[in-house]
Amino acid sequence: MQPLIRNREFLLALVVIALIALIGLRAPEFVTPGNLAQVFTDTSILMMLALGQMAVIMTRCIDLSVAANLALSGMVVAMVNAANPAIPMPVLLLLTLVVGGALGVVNGLLVWRVGIPSIVVTLGTLSIYRGTIFLLSGGAWINAHQMSPAFIGLPRVEFLGLPLLAWTAIVIVLLVAAAIAWTRLGRAFYAVGGNPTAAVYAGLDVGRTQFAAYVMSGLLAGLCGYLWVSRYAVAYVDIAGGFELDVIAACVIGGVSIAGGIGTVGGAVLGALFLGITKNALPVIGVSPFWQMAISGGVIIAAVIINARSGRRRGRLILREAQAQS
Amino acid sequence: MTDHTLDTLAGSPGTLPDRLDLGWRRWMRWEVLLLAVAIGIFLINSFASPYFLDPWNLSDATFNFTEKAIIALAMALLIIAGDIDLSVASIIALASVTMGAAAEAGVGTPGLVAVGLLTGLAAGAFNGFLITRFQLPSIVVTIGTMSLFRGICYIALGDGVYRNYPSSFAWFGQGYVWWVFSFELALFAVLAFLFGLLLHKTVFGRQIFAVGNNPVAALFSGVRVQKVRFSLFLLTGLASGIASILLTARVGSTRPSIALGWELEVVTMVVLGGVSIMGGSGTIVGVVIAAFVMGLVTFGFGLLNVPGIVMSIFVGLLLIGVIALPIGIRKLARRWQGVSGRAKR
Amino acid sequence: MVTVSAQKPSGEGPGEAQASQPFPVMPGEPAPLLFMRGIAKSFPGVRALDGVDLALYPGQVTALIGENGAGKSTLVKTLTGIYQPDEGQILLEGEAVTFDGAEDAMRRGITAIHQETVLFDELTVAENIFMGQQPRTRWGFVDWKLMRERTREIFARLETDIHPDTRLRDLGIARKHLVAIARALSVDAKIVIMDEPTASLSHKEVEELYAIVDTLKAEGKAILFISHKFEEVFRVADRYTVFRDGKSVGFGLMANADTNHLIRLMVGRTVDQVFPKIETEPGEAVLAVEGLCHPTEFADISFTLRKGEILGFYGLVGAGRSEVMQALFGITATSSGSVTLGGQPYRCTHPREALEAGLVYVPEERGRQGVVLQLPVFENIALPSLGRISHSGFVRMAEQFDLARGYARRLQLKAHSLSQEVGTLSGGNQQKVVIGKWLAMGPRVIILDEPTKGVDVGSKAAIHGFMSELAAQGLSVIMVSSEIPEILGMSDRVMVMREGRIVGAFERGGLDAETLVRAATGNEGAASTSGTASQEQAHAAPHP
Repeated sequence: MQPLIRNREFLLALVVIALIALIGLRAPEFVTPGNLAQVFTDTSILMMLALGQMAVIMTRCIDLSVAANLALSGMVVAMVNAANPAIPMPVLLLLTLVVGGALGVVNGLLVWRVGIPSIVVTLGTLSIYRGTIFLLSGGAWINAHQMSPAFIGLPRVEFLGLPLLAWTAIVIVLLVAAAIAWTRLGRAFYAVGGNPTAAVYAGLDVGRTQFAAYVMSGLLAGLCGYLWVSRYAVAYVDIAGGFELDVIAACVIGGVSIAGGIGTVGGAVLGALFLGITKNALPVIGVSPFWQMAISGGVIIAAVIINARSGRRRGRLILREAQAQS
Repeated sequence: MTDHTLDTLAGSPGTLPDRLDLGWRRWMRWEVLLLAVAIGIFLINSFASPYFLDPWNLSDATFNFTEKAIIALAMALLIIAGDIDLSVASIIALASVTMGAAAEAGVGTPGLVAVGLLTGLAAGAFNGFLITRFQLPSIVVTIGTMSLFRGICYIALGDGVYRNYPSSFAWFGQGYVWWVFSFELALFAVLAFLFGLLLHKTVFGRQIFAVGNNPVAALFSGVRVQKVRFSLFLLTGLASGIASILLTARVGSTRPSIALGWELEVVTMVVLGGVSIMGGSGTIVGVVIAAFVMGLVTFGFGLLNVPGIVMSIFVGLLLIGVIALPIGIRKLARRWQGVSGRAKR
Repeated sequence: MVTVSAQKPSGEGPGEAQASQPFPVMPGEPAPLLFMRGIAKSFPGVRALDGVDLALYPGQVTALIGENGAGKSTLVKTLTGIYQPDEGQILLEGEAVTFDGAEDAMRRGITAIHQETVLFDELTVAENIFMGQQPRTRWGFVDWKLMRERTREIFARLETDIHPDTRLRDLGIARKHLVAIARALSVDAKIVIMDEPTASLSHKEVEELYAIVDTLKAEGKAILFISHKFEEVFRVADRYTVFRDGKSVGFGLMANADTNHLIRLMVGRTVDQVFPKIETEPGEAVLAVEGLCHPTEFADISFTLRKGEILGFYGLVGAGRSEVMQALFGITATSSGSVTLGGQPYRCTHPREALEAGLVYVPEERGRQGVVLQLPVFENIALPSLGRISHSGFVRMAEQFDLARGYARRLQLKAHSLSQEVGTLSGGNQQKVVIGKWLAMGPRVIILDEPTKGVDVGSKAAIHGFMSELAAQGLSVIMVSSEIPEILGMSDRVMVMREGRIVGAFERGGLDAETLVRAATGNEGAASTSGTASQEQAHAAPHP
């Protein structure tokens, strides 16, 4: 039972609210419900990817291939749709999940079964997945006019004032939160990353848990692949280039420890929202969008310093009075 | 083993040999395998394209990897010590932008070089300070500074361009020291030699290996671990500054997106060179060969009109393959041993 | 030469003669619940288990006795599925089984309290207890409510009141250990393994643990109780099995055993119990520590170390001894206090400064802190001395090998070559590398933290030998040890620590094991020579 003020997510939520309030002072139009909903929708994809990345980072791995996975899954569904518009949307959704999941399986197997360090694996698959898009598409673009109306329209369907894209993100966030809090696998993410030795003693399979995290990240990347292509109504080799760094940034800002074992769904979501709000607010308050990159860089550094300070080891509690104080 | 008059505290065992003679197994090394790959690619290329063996063409081929390879030399040391710097490409951009701004202000070629080097050093010092002072994981910090440094470039330059470099500046990127040997290649050769000495012959090099294998034991042995790590970030920043000078001089202009994505290629080069991504082992020779392998592949594919993006598939497969191969062989060997062991029983 | 306790060579005794045979089921005896036969397990450089036998009976406590490095912990890991044995057979209720990982062993009803507390610092107490086997609702979700409830129940059985939602890292060592015990009790196990469960517990907590053991016995569980405290073994165990150097050397009923017999089995050779202590006359004070404090780890540490003296530091695991030594070595910062080394004020913020002042430290965690396992012998030995054997930054290879060769020879290092990776050496030889590394620095003070932990008998004697000779040559030695015979056999004086404070200082003459244990555990009526220790503790200011 720690006080609220020491709770990382609570502090981060305060920061996000303060940020919105500050922007509101300069540009009141930014804080209208309609605009905030717009910002949320715009951040949906980042949010979902951050959840998958969080699971991977918590197990002491990293997934640098998420954006490439997203782009490849998106290209596959876009090409299938362009080639045969009659294929119904549920099939395409399943397809994008299968492709994304399979790419996650490749990462996971290389980490689990072959035992290659995760950063090397995903650095490699990042290049391979991107290259594969080129091989599939021959470098061509799939443009809006080649896609079926249903393909483009689905995420834009509004329900209770929010587009389906935003609802998808909300559902995914709730699902992942439930999975992390209430399944053994979700708890195993914490155990495996927090102390792999102890995890083995507790009968957990470290490699298999890491594999599961990669599959989860892959499935989410696959889903986001379709959503991205549909939202921007275009698919080509370089979509979401470098987006993996935004995803990792969202996790780091959200307090996910790169050393593993620490992280929350709330934190990752807030981290993504923080980035989304800054990105959307800059033009509104009259700052050049060229500032965005430097700001997110600065925020990552600040976040990691703050997280490290709060989690600092205080030394072993041996003295009786030290134990009493804690 | 021979015995001499010993000053033993107790008992008198024999003298230990410095090393065991491993015979042919000494050649079962990563660098040898890599060299074979390099020669193989060279041969394939020379059969595949009649233009490949032309000395000037080969010389041109070196330009596409020497800048990255110079950073890879420093990055190898950093990775052996157990760290990583993903901000190197952004340091190139930052140094290029500061040089561009200085050139606009009328600074001459020597001044530009100084500006480039100092920017690299400053960026490296910033990384090193954050990581060693606050005990932060280098991968996260340098992802942050990667955005920060490049972000500063965008703030400074937006979608503009700097291209008013003095004509003498171009020599660093386009000049030749002798016949087909460019300044870039010559500089890389000199630096490779110096880094090889540094890593394999000096006290500092020994400390790098100790820190990379076990930073705790290194600290408990009196190694100033944080100082070693800081120096390496400084060195990587400096190498990025040098690369920035070469690249800027070669292309003659600066945009904020200069050298975008290079960090991954540099890391690939280092890992392909046999440096363990977990730290603790690696050689400069391996990194140099890996640089040539990547350069030859790119060049060969270029001659065959294969687009660069397909080349990236090859590099990705190479990266995973070269690491998976020894692990796979070891696993198979163990399984085979296990089977034979069980059979014996 | 000084001799402590039994030193008769083994050879006779009722247990040994039968040791090589399978456990015969005596008429009127229960059949063993678990039976391990001919278990062998090797690691690079060590044969940790060399064909051991072990039987566990329902409703009985079997004590597994053996010195450090006898193979007890390896056996525990084999039995809990963490290691797969290279050879041998495990029969569980008469059926041959192999354990495919820890979960499998757990599912078959084997649970363990491990020696090192392997838990999750960031998670709550309840999760630590149930990780990997959380109770689930009908829908397959983790049932947090039930988990907390069952946690409370287990703690009620243990008569403690740790809140289920406390984060583990906010607990002290003894309470963490209770969580580990609770974890073992959470499974409905047939076999409970306790690997030195009392090492960091206070007297009262130990009594509570005995009560738990009695409950488990009454429930018909088979208990394997690992310890090297004889008093404890006689209190809880029904049977014993003795390991020595990876072999089982004897077994039997506690009722038929006595301490001398067990010691004889455990030690086997005379070599270990004869301490090659050279009597020396300690000289002037070399190191004087005055009121050294740390915010959470130790307080009011004062002692002096004289020239040519071996000063023992005794205490329970986690009493703060290593922490004090690491502060002296410049690893951790202290909050107050003063230290004098060789008459000069000594302030040290980095091991490098300690080395330059002539103070070196042989750490307890050898593989993590002492040696770089992946580097060859010669590089490990030369690592701190590189400055001396280099020329303008370049290492002179020949001098490096000369240096390493010299110390390898002096310390009787057993290796194939100087280029062999240290990780492939046995524990004892790794320790020699660490000591060699420091002797090359020509120190004035050498601190050895558990110098013979996990070291084979032969190397142990050799290490004791060097220690003694080094002291005789005028080096000052601090020896942190949890082994009473070693403390009694090697030390000129002994400081005892408990809960981060020095609670007793004893001279060599007339010191016995019981006095040390009393002081270290804070037992009522402890015959501590510094009788004010306990009051001092009660009134001490937490932060100066």
